[in-house]
Amino acid sequence: MIKNQTIKVVIIIAVLIFALFGIFGIPQSFTPSGLLAALQQRIHLGLDLKGGTHLILQVQVNDAINADTDRAVERLKDDLKAKNISYAEIVKPDPQQHPDVVIINGVSPQSIADFRSLVSDRLPDYDLTSGANNSFTVTMKPSIVKDTKAKAQQQAIETIRNRIDQLGVSEPVIQEHGLGDYQILVQLPGVDDPARVKEIMQSTAMLEIRQALGGPYTSEQEAMQANGGILPPNAVLMKGKNIGATGQQNADQYWVISRASAVSGSDLRTADAGRDENGRPDVKFTLTGEGGRRFAAFTGAHVGERLAVVLDNKVMEVATIQEQIHDEGRITGAFTEQQTQDLSLTLRSGALPAGIKYLEERTVGPSLGADSIRAGIRAAIFGMVAVMVFMLFYYKFAGINADLGLFLNLVILLGFLGFTSATLTLPGIAGVILTIGMGVDSNVLIFERIREELRHGKTPPQAVDQGFKHAWITIVDTHVTTIVSAIILFLFGTGPVRGFAVTLSFGLLANLFTSVFVSRVIFDSILSRHQRGEALSI
Amino acid sequence: MELFRNTNIDFLGKKWYFLAFSLVFSVAGLLSIFFWHGIPFGVDFKGGTLVYVKFAETPDLNQIRSAMDRAGLKDPKIQRYGEAGNNEVLVALEQRETSESALDQGKNTIIKALETSGPQQEGKLDLNNTGPSSLQQYLLSKDPLHLGGIDAPAKYLVIAQQIDDFRNKQHGGVLQSVSDLKGVVPAEVLEVMQGDFYTSNFAVRNVEIVGPQVGGQLRKQALWATLYSLAGMLVYLWFRFELIYGVGAVVACFHDTIITIGFFSLLNKDITLTVIAAILTLIGYSMNDTIVVYDRIRENIKLLRRENLADVVNKSINQTLSRTILTSGLTFLTVLSLYVFGGEVLRGFSLALVIGILIGTYSSIAVAAPMLVAYQEWRAQKTGRAALPAASAPREKVKAKA
Repeated sequence: MIKNQTIKVVIIIAVLIFALFGIFGIPQSFTPSGLLAALQQRIHLGLDLKGGTHLILQVQVNDAINADTDRAVERLKDDLKAKNISYAEIVKPDPQQHPDVVIINGVSPQSIADFRSLVSDRLPDYDLTSGANNSFTVTMKPSIVKDTKAKAQQQAIETIRNRIDQLGVSEPVIQEHGLGDYQILVQLPGVDDPARVKEIMQSTAMLEIRQALGGPYTSEQEAMQANGGILPPNAVLMKGKNIGATGQQNADQYWVISRASAVSGSDLRTADAGRDENGRPDVKFTLTGEGGRRFAAFTGAHVGERLAVVLDNKVMEVATIQEQIHDEGRITGAFTEQQTQDLSLTLRSGALPAGIKYLEERTVGPSLGADSIRAGIRAAIFGMVAVMVFMLFYYKFAGINADLGLFLNLVILLGFLGFTSATLTLPGIAGVILTIGMGVDSNVLIFERIREELRHGKTPPQAVDQGFKHAWITIVDTHVTTIVSAIILFLFGTGPVRGFAVTLSFGLLANLFTSVFVSRVIFDSILSRHQRGEALSI
Repeated sequence: MELFRNTNIDFLGKKWYFLAFSLVFSVAGLLSIFFWHGIPFGVDFKGGTLVYVKFAETPDLNQIRSAMDRAGLKDPKIQRYGEAGNNEVLVALEQRETSESALDQGKNTIIKALETSGPQQEGKLDLNNTGPSSLQQYLLSKDPLHLGGIDAPAKYLVIAQQIDDFRNKQHGGVLQSVSDLKGVVPAEVLEVMQGDFYTSNFAVRNVEIVGPQVGGQLRKQALWATLYSLAGMLVYLWFRFELIYGVGAVVACFHDTIITIGFFSLLNKDITLTVIAAILTLIGYSMNDTIVVYDRIRENIKLLRRENLADVVNKSINQTLSRTILTSGLTFLTVLSLYVFGGEVLRGFSLALVIGILIGTYSSIAVAAPMLVAYQEWRAQKTGRAALPAASAPREKVKAKA
C-alpha cells in the first residue's frame, strides 16, 4: 500500500515537472523576467492577442482557365493557318461563367477530318464535340479544369508566401482556407496596416506580355471610334497606367491589347532592379526555356509591331519590337528606384496565376491585444480565487485537496499548450477560465458522494472508496459530452474559436487526471495517517 | 458547511410551473426572433464593416455622425464602446455599404471622414494611422540615416516597429504630436518625420470587414455545427442509456439554445462567432448536468424497484441537487468573472455563458428529467399497461461496474 502510494506520488511529480518543462522549456535564467521570456517563447499567442492582420482571399481560378484556353486558341489559330484549314471564326462564348469552352465556327467541310486529327493531336487536354453548320466545340477536360484550378490556388499560396517572407514578418500563416472554394487564409502577426500588405500581394497579380494592337487613346470612346465602333474579337481595351512620371498626374491612357498573352508570370525565371545605359532605373528579366521559346516565336513573328507589358490588367509599358528576343528582356520607364525594386520583387516571387478577391479583412491593433490579455488574466485570477476560496470554505480540508488539483490542472493545461505549440487566443483564455469552473465539478461530484456515503454510516476509507467509484462513471460521461462539443467546435471553427476548443479539451483531459487520480492519492495519504474512527474533514 | 442536506422538494409536482416558465421564455425569444429584432447576427455572419476608433479626448458622437453624413455613408451605427475613459467609438456599416470589389472601401471612407473632420494638415501623413510597414516604406524612401545598403530595409523596419510599440504601449495608440517621438527614434529620423507627419486626434484600433460570401458560409457552418453537436450527444446518450434519455437531454439542450438565442434577440445583442462557440459549449455543459441527474436515476431505478418512476426521478434530483447547485454556482462564478472583468471583446461570449449556465442548470432539472416521466406516462396510456420503470433499466455492463 505504502509502496504503491509512493509510486503514485512519483508519477504526479513527474507529470508536474513535465508540464513545467512544457510551459517554460529550459529558461535562460530563473528570474521573473527570464521565466517570462521563456514562457513567451513556448506559448504562442493568437492574432487577437498580439495584434496583426487577418485576410481571407479567394483565387479567381477562372482566370487561370481563361489564360489556358486563350493560349489554346492562339495555338489552334497558328496550326490551322499552317495546315491551310479555313474557318469562319474562333470564339469563347462565355469567358465569365464557362472559361473552359471554345467554339470554332464554319470549318470548311473538306478539311473536317484534318481538323479533327489536328485538335486531338495538338490539344490533348480538350474534348471535341461537333455541332450544326460545321461548328465545333472544344472543351477543356473536367479533370484538367479541376487540376488547373487547384494548381492556380497552390501557386497563389506559394507566391504570396514568397512575397510575405521577403517582408520579414515573423510566423506568418498562409494556407488553404477550408471553409470555401479556392480560399486562402493569410495571417500576419504584428502587421497592422493591411493596405500595405494588400498592395504588395495585389501587385503580384498577373504579369503578362501581350501584343499591343492600337493606342494610346485618351478615352474609351476614342479607342472605339478608331476601331470602327467594335473591337476585334481577339482584343480587349485596357487602361494604361502612368507609373513613373513621379509627381505629375497624367491623363489616363487606353490601349487595345491582344486577348492572349505571349508569356505570363509563370514563364519568368528571374527579375532584377538595375539601371539602363542612361542611368535610369529599370528591371531586367529572364524567361524559362519554354517561356523563352514562346517569347522568341512571338517577337520573331511581330518585328516592328508593339508589345505591351501588362500588370494586373493595366498596361505598364508599350515598346516596339526591334528584333527577335529570346529569353531576356527589360522593362524601362520613368520609374523611381523604389518602384523598380518593388516591381522586381513582384516579378521574382512569381506573379499570381489568377487574380484574387478579398473576402474578409480583420486588423487587431497591438494595444487592443495587450488590453485583451490583461482583461483575460484578470478574469482568470478573479474566477480562480473565488472558486478556491469557496471550496476551502465549503469542504474545509478536502477543499485544499480540490484547490491543489485545480492548480495542477492549470499547470498541466499550460504544459499541453507549450508542448503542442497550440495557439492561445482570447476565447482560448476564456476556455482556461471555463476549465476552472468545470474542472471543479468533478471534485464536487466526488466530495458530495463521499459525504452522502458518510451519512449512510460508512467509515471514512469506505466512503472515500465508494465516493470515487460511483462518481467515476458520471465524470467520464460528463467529460465525454463536453469534449464532443469541443471537437465539433474545433472541426467547424476558425482561428480564435479553435483556440477555445483546444484549451477546453486539454483542460478537461487534465482534469480527469487531477480530480480523479491526484485527489485520490491525497485522500489516501491523509487516511493512512488517520486514527481509526477519526472523522474526515470534508 | 453544507447548504443542501436531505432536501425533499417535489420537483415533478411543479412541472406545470416549469412548463409555463420555459414557454414564456422560449415564446418571448421566438416572438422577438420572428417579429421584432430577428436573429441579430453579428458582422461575422451577415457581413459588413466595423471600425473601432480610439480618440485622444472624449469623442463627440454628433460630430462624428455629421462627418460620416458628409462622406455619404448611409446611416452608419455610431456608438461608444468599452469603458468611458478609453474614449473609444465603434462605427459600423451594413453589408450593402461593403463593396464586393473593394472590400475595404467602407473602412477607408470612415477614416478619411474622421481625418477631414479633425485637425488636418494638407499633404502630410497621419502618424497615428500609419502602420509599421508603411512607416518602413516611408523611411526607406527618405533614407534619413543614409544607409543606402542592402540592410536598410531591416534597419528601418526596426525603427518603424519602435515607433509603433511606443505609440501603442506608452500612449495607448494615440500620439499628441510628432515630437513625442523624441528620444524614441534617432534625431535625423525625427527631423524628416516632423516635416512630413502630423498627428490626428484618433487612431484605428481594430477593424473587421466581412464580405457577404464568407458571412453566408459561416451561417451555414454554425447551423451545422450546432446540429452535429446535438446529434452527437443524442447518439452518445443512446449508447450509454436508452434512446429516450438521449431524446430528453437533446430536447433540454435545444430548449437552452432557443432561449439563449432568444435572449440575444430580445436584447438585440450581436451573435458573433464566439457567441456560437459559447452556445456549443453550453450544449455540452447542459448535457453534463443532465447526465449527472440521469446517472442517478439509472442507479435508483435499480435500487428502488417498487417505487414509481416519478418518485424515483424526484429522489434522484434531490440527491444530486447539492452537486448541481454547487457546480453550476461555481461555474457561474467563473463565467461572471469573465463577464465583468474579461473585457469588451469577450462580452457577448460571456453573456451567452452567463445566460446559458442558468438555463442549462434549470433545464436538466425542469425539462430533461420530467420528460422521462412524461414519456413513461404516455407509453402507459397508449399501451394500456401500468408504468414500467424497467423500460429504462440500466444496461448489464453498467450493472457489473456499479
